[in-house]
Amino acid sequence: MPHADPPIYLLAGAALFVIGFYSLLIQPHPLRRIMALNIMGSGVFLVFIALANRTPGPVADPVPHAMVLTGIVVSVCATGLALALTNRFGEVLDEKAPPAESPASGKTPPEAAENHR
Amino acid sequence: MILRLAVGLLSVALLGALTWAVRSLPVAPVGLTSESLARLHESGVLNPVTAVLLNYRGYDTLLEIAVLLLAIVGVWSLQRGDSPGGDLPERPLLAALLRLLLPVMVLAAGYLLWIGAFAPGGAFQGGALLGGALVLAFLGGRAGGFLRRHRWLRLGLVLGVVVFSAAGAAAKLLTGGLLQYPAGHGGAWILIIESAAMVSIALTLGLLYLGGRPEEKE
Repeated sequence: MPHADPPIYLLAGAALFVIGFYSLLIQPHPLRRIMALNIMGSGVFLVFIALANRTPGPVADPVPHAMVLTGIVVSVCATGLALALTNRFGEVLDEKAPPAESPASGKTPPEAAENHR
Repeated sequence: MILRLAVGLLSVALLGALTWAVRSLPVAPVGLTSESLARLHESGVLNPVTAVLLNYRGYDTLLEIAVLLLAIVGVWSLQRGDSPGGDLPERPLLAALLRLLLPVMVLAAGYLLWIGAFAPGGAFQGGALLGGALVLAFLGGRAGGFLRRHRWLRLGLVLGVVVFSAAGAAAKLLTGGLLQYPAGHGGAWILIIESAAMVSIALTLGLLYLGGRPEEKE
């Protein structure tokens, strides 16, 4: 299949990466940041597959396909570990949160509660 | 607001840089297709992607399965996992669906493992499907007895790395190269490695869903 001009899949992959990048920097909630990282990963995988399709001949280049398979599995593992860490981090913050009537840290309890839940 | 504007400008600049990078790619890249297909008949499988994953770049796949083990060790060392849901009597539709779906998913996973030598498929695809079946079983409350067999769980989790490493060591003893399968028997070796890897992948992906160690009431 001849690759189109403009290279629509490569640009879509780049756009996904940038959308994920923006969300990673802007969103305060850790769960949304993990999702943003996953979207960045999806953008990178799309770029890889689009690159594999550009080679001449009827069969697409299998090496980027294998790399994407490896990348998907590694990103799922990283997401699982990140979610478990977020959960544990939230539990630790719950244990260490100061009592609600503390005058010195008036901003901390609602901020901590918002950031990890 | 000013932060969003600044990060937005940075993102647009990044998009511009990536677009320029995409535009400056060579129009007709060479790729590795011809090299992969040239020795496909010696690799033991007919699917070029499986040949790359388990023969040409087998060492990368070994390390990837080790990453799976590392992830589950990390998650298990953090906290105890939730017990899977047990309100199955109130959800008859889910129970009926599980009774139909789980055997079909196990069968489809085995099919994907076998067909990986000839068509798109293989250990990771079958393992992902089997891991999804495990998550469904957790959600339907059907996996309590499964989770209590700790020794079998741990054995299954390490099986992929152990079998793959043993195959690499055996290949080194037999032919002198790490993970260099004996000529003519590549297909059988790949099938054995893939079967062990599928069990590990399925268990890892399903147990990652729980988010921690299962309860130990032995």
